[in-house]
Amino acid sequence: MENLIALLVAAPLLGAAVLLCGGRRLDRAGHWLGTLLAAVSFVIGVVLFLDMLGKGAEDRTLHQKLFSWIPVEGFQADVAFQLDQLSMTFVLLITGVGTLIHIYSIGYMEHDERRRRFFGYLNLFLAAMLILVIADNYLLLYVGWEGVGLASYLLIGFWQHKPSAATAAKKAFLVNRVGDMGLSIAIMLMFTTFGTFAFGPVLEATGETSEGKLTAIGLMLLLAACGKSAQVPLQSWLGDAMEGPTPVSALIHAATMVTAGVYLIVRSGAIFNAAPDAQLVVVVVGAVTLLFGAIVGCAKDDIKKALAGSTMSQIGYMILAAGLGPIGYVFAIMHLVTHGFFKAGLFLGAGSVMHGMNDEVDMRKYGGLRKYMPVTFITFGLGYLAIIGFPGLSGFFSKDKIIEAAFAKGGTEGWILGSVALLGAAITAFYMTRVMLLTFFGEKRWQPDAEGHEPHPHESPKSMTIPMIILAFGSVFAGGFFSIGDRFLNWLEPVTGHSHGHAPVSATTVTAATMVVLVIGVAIAWTMYGRKPVPVVAPRGSLLTRAARRDLLQDDFNHVVLVRGGEHLTRSLVYVDHTLVDGVVNGTAASMGGLSGRLRKLQNGYARTYAVSMFGGTAVLIAATLLMRAV
Amino acid sequence: MSFPLLTATAALPAIGAVATAAVPAARRTTAKWLALVFSLATLVLAGIALARFEPGGDRYQLTESHAWIKDFGVRYELGVDGIGVALMALTALLIPFVILAGWHDADPSPSSQQSSSRGGPNETKPYRWRPTQGFFALILMVEAMVILSFEATDVFLFYILFEAMLIPMYFLIGGFGDRAHTGSDENAAAQRSYAAVKFLLYNLVGGLIMLAAVIGLYVVAGTFSLSEIAEARASGSLSMATSTERWLFLGFFFAFAVKAPLWPLHTWLPNAMGEATSPVAVLITAVVDKVGTFAMLRFCLQLFPEASKWATPVIVVLALISIVYGALLAVGQRDIKRLIAYASISHFGFIVLGIFAMTSQGQSGATLYMVNHGISTAALMLVAGFLITRRGSRLIADYGGVQKVAPILAGTFLIGGLATLSLPGLAPFVSEFLVLVGAFSAYPAAGIIATTGIVLAALYVLVLYQRTMTGPVKAEVQGMADLKVRELVVVLPLIALLLFLGVYPKPLTEIVNPAVQHTMSDVQKKDPQPEVEAAK
Repeated sequence: MENLIALLVAAPLLGAAVLLCGGRRLDRAGHWLGTLLAAVSFVIGVVLFLDMLGKGAEDRTLHQKLFSWIPVEGFQADVAFQLDQLSMTFVLLITGVGTLIHIYSIGYMEHDERRRRFFGYLNLFLAAMLILVIADNYLLLYVGWEGVGLASYLLIGFWQHKPSAATAAKKAFLVNRVGDMGLSIAIMLMFTTFGTFAFGPVLEATGETSEGKLTAIGLMLLLAACGKSAQVPLQSWLGDAMEGPTPVSALIHAATMVTAGVYLIVRSGAIFNAAPDAQLVVVVVGAVTLLFGAIVGCAKDDIKKALAGSTMSQIGYMILAAGLGPIGYVFAIMHLVTHGFFKAGLFLGAGSVMHGMNDEVDMRKYGGLRKYMPVTFITFGLGYLAIIGFPGLSGFFSKDKIIEAAFAKGGTEGWILGSVALLGAAITAFYMTRVMLLTFFGEKRWQPDAEGHEPHPHESPKSMTIPMIILAFGSVFAGGFFSIGDRFLNWLEPVTGHSHGHAPVSATTVTAATMVVLVIGVAIAWTMYGRKPVPVVAPRGSLLTRAARRDLLQDDFNHVVLVRGGEHLTRSLVYVDHTLVDGVVNGTAASMGGLSGRLRKLQNGYARTYAVSMFGGTAVLIAATLLMRAV
Repeated sequence: MSFPLLTATAALPAIGAVATAAVPAARRTTAKWLALVFSLATLVLAGIALARFEPGGDRYQLTESHAWIKDFGVRYELGVDGIGVALMALTALLIPFVILAGWHDADPSPSSQQSSSRGGPNETKPYRWRPTQGFFALILMVEAMVILSFEATDVFLFYILFEAMLIPMYFLIGGFGDRAHTGSDENAAAQRSYAAVKFLLYNLVGGLIMLAAVIGLYVVAGTFSLSEIAEARASGSLSMATSTERWLFLGFFFAFAVKAPLWPLHTWLPNAMGEATSPVAVLITAVVDKVGTFAMLRFCLQLFPEASKWATPVIVVLALISIVYGALLAVGQRDIKRLIAYASISHFGFIVLGIFAMTSQGQSGATLYMVNHGISTAALMLVAGFLITRRGSRLIADYGGVQKVAPILAGTFLIGGLATLSLPGLAPFVSEFLVLVGAFSAYPAAGIIATTGIVLAALYVLVLYQRTMTGPVKAEVQGMADLKVRELVVVLPLIALLLFLGVYPKPLTEIVNPAVQHTMSDVQKKDPQPEVEAAK
């Protein structure tokens, strides 16, 4: 059975190779091939899953070693896979949602002449993401980690002729590279500490080293997670990444790739458990980001950017949960999976709306779309109810658990974290209700575009609505299914461990409080956007609104400090290199060799004679020395 | 006596050079094919040498030894260890691609025919010395000398080759400039001459200092033979005073640091690579410069282990400066080829860092880095050359939107760029990570500083790609042809190799590892133990 693991990766990798090298002949069938291979990977995943279910909880982990990758003295890096319950969860999420989004893209990208290449990139993404979650060591994980970064780069910049898309793609890759520095350093630290970076040996040996080392490793891993999962301070790329085609936003920038940071932290649980300082930083990052993303999400009029803010915020919840240690690991992953369903569904819904609205993204120019796109409205609506945590739907179970766990952290910390999580829930209810009202309710606000074409909103084709319906199904039922009899907890506990913490308040109280803040959030949004007509041009807004529209000024900071500062630095270095370094070295050489006069002549084009004489000189010198020795 | 394989591998391109040069002026195409056939035959011989090399066997294999200048004990002594054989194979591998990529670079250009009355070194009488024949003959001559220098185990023989390869390189840089230049032809010719002479002067000065050290070594050791000196040092029969060893080390190292090149001796490289044609630029950075880093491993560490350790702190700092400084300068360039040159300076910093980290990972990584950097820079630079030839400009700002009109060119350029930024899955990642780990385990701070290089590399590569390939199609780029068959034949094998060595570098590491272990025992260094094991 373990021999199937490599096939999980091989199928989409083959697809990527064939589609990207195949040329125009494959244009007519390429999207079918890509979708088929994604589905093959999903089927293999299901087969492995069923096999895993048939075994006892303790011997469910499968290993497959393919070959020794970089064998150098003292350094052992293998291409080897490990499939346990945690990896399995991701495999099903990635290939399942991945396949649905392949199907959706068949319709969504129908009129794009480079559709074949799009599917090649999607397949490449699947392969890299699968490597990331089934690698059995950190270095191979790194390959997947950068592989998804590459796929993300290629897909954000898919419409490269748009300068904004090309810039966004570059930005995403660069910010991620800052995170990758963290991952590199973490791996180097593991190597010098443990002599290895394979999961098994490292995670078992955490007791044998100092807490300081583990804290350092943990913080470096967190840096990596911040880059990939768009957490403060490396969050700035995610909003721009919405330049990519919407299926990409759904798959990569909502459901799977951006959650890789959560995977990394949960996978490295043993390290964080032994490094409380690192854990503290993790929860702080999570808590800050969950508010940051939520605030940004409130202010955006671009439907995709509002959802991107939401993604950031929801991943903040997961990181927060992961930082809580064994109290939170399972719930971080559970929220990750339910979020995968409803957020992918919401993005596909947004894509469907844009598809019917001539690619308009400004929600102020939507309005009343529920009549025109009933299926999109219902599936998006279910996703909406799920994300705000409407009782009984997926988000209700998974988010509620994280809020409970935050309180269960105990002490002042617990109260602060729990309150932040509650506040986040209120803001989530607000901004999602806002999106819902602006898009589907109220009067129609769209106008003819510059060329006089009025949008004719219409429902999308079946290839797009069916994946939306399936994801809506997951948004409604997954949370309940996971929670009945603690199914999800029992499934993951052997890998991640679990503890209940010391909750200062009962679970019922937390749930009740969550319900109250939910109602408040929805009510405020309704007063602002439901009761009265929405202006097509955004009002100036408060200082906070204006800052939030600009991603809370982080881009402005980056621009002034890093971009401008960097430009000045490189420009002055170019000058220094040209005048100072070159000049000093030339000058030293000239004064030492008495060559100054000749050096000046170099510019005038008669240098060849001079060079020949130099050669002559050297030759004479060599001959003379040899002779002297001989005599 | 067995067949002298190493001599043959070096002699074949030399014979090819003579044969190519002898082809009559009118038969340009014959000369090109002749050069290509000779380079391919050399590749076959190098392949045989690689196959016959036994990783677990003697340190130096396929050895040959003949008396040469008896009076001073100069011997014609050849032999390869794993590092030498790998670099020899790299050289033999790259030359056919260099020749094929430069197929039309030395054709008489319409402008040189028109302006034959104007000044400028090589435009005065374009046909006098048959430029096409000369171009390819010089390339083969460089190949012969570089290969022999990787094989030489006699210090004097090595020195002669180290210096002699400057001559054909000088003519390649000064005589065959990039036709894409700004300003007048005369101006370009002057800049080219400047670049060529600067290249020559820097390397000659380095060489002269090395010559003094070579002679000094002979005075102390009484022989030029690497193996004899090493043996005598190991057995204790040859002891050097600390100061003598240090001076000799510095003499050797200076020459190699010019050639590598290491900050602050690097400024000749951007000039040379910018002015030369792209294939010649590849020849400089991917082939000739490797002799410098190779020689640090072979001569500096082996002959002067104590002095090498003594100088390590300074050299590590210089390497770090090269890494960061080269990358920052690359970010600031407006000329595509100069950008790649500065990127190479950054990469040479990594190689030197790996060598002087004096750990198994660092040195294996450095050797792999030499090979991988050769392949990746060749891929990136040659595609850049194809691009520049099409548009007639080296300035980044003159491009835009190329991916729309020439997607294959853009795609291969991107892969070359991704290799340059060490994307996992491509060969350079393996070597760069090994160097980083090796450096980190010896000097944690150095490892962390070097890691910033991976962010900066992403910056200069992706900015270059964005400005040239993406965005709206510029008017001058409109109608640009995609890669032709000849160009694809150049690029695709290099890309395939980058992928293969990225996924399965084992064949290479197997050859390199034993040689690195020898070097490690030369300098009497052991890898730092992991903390957990050390505690036990």
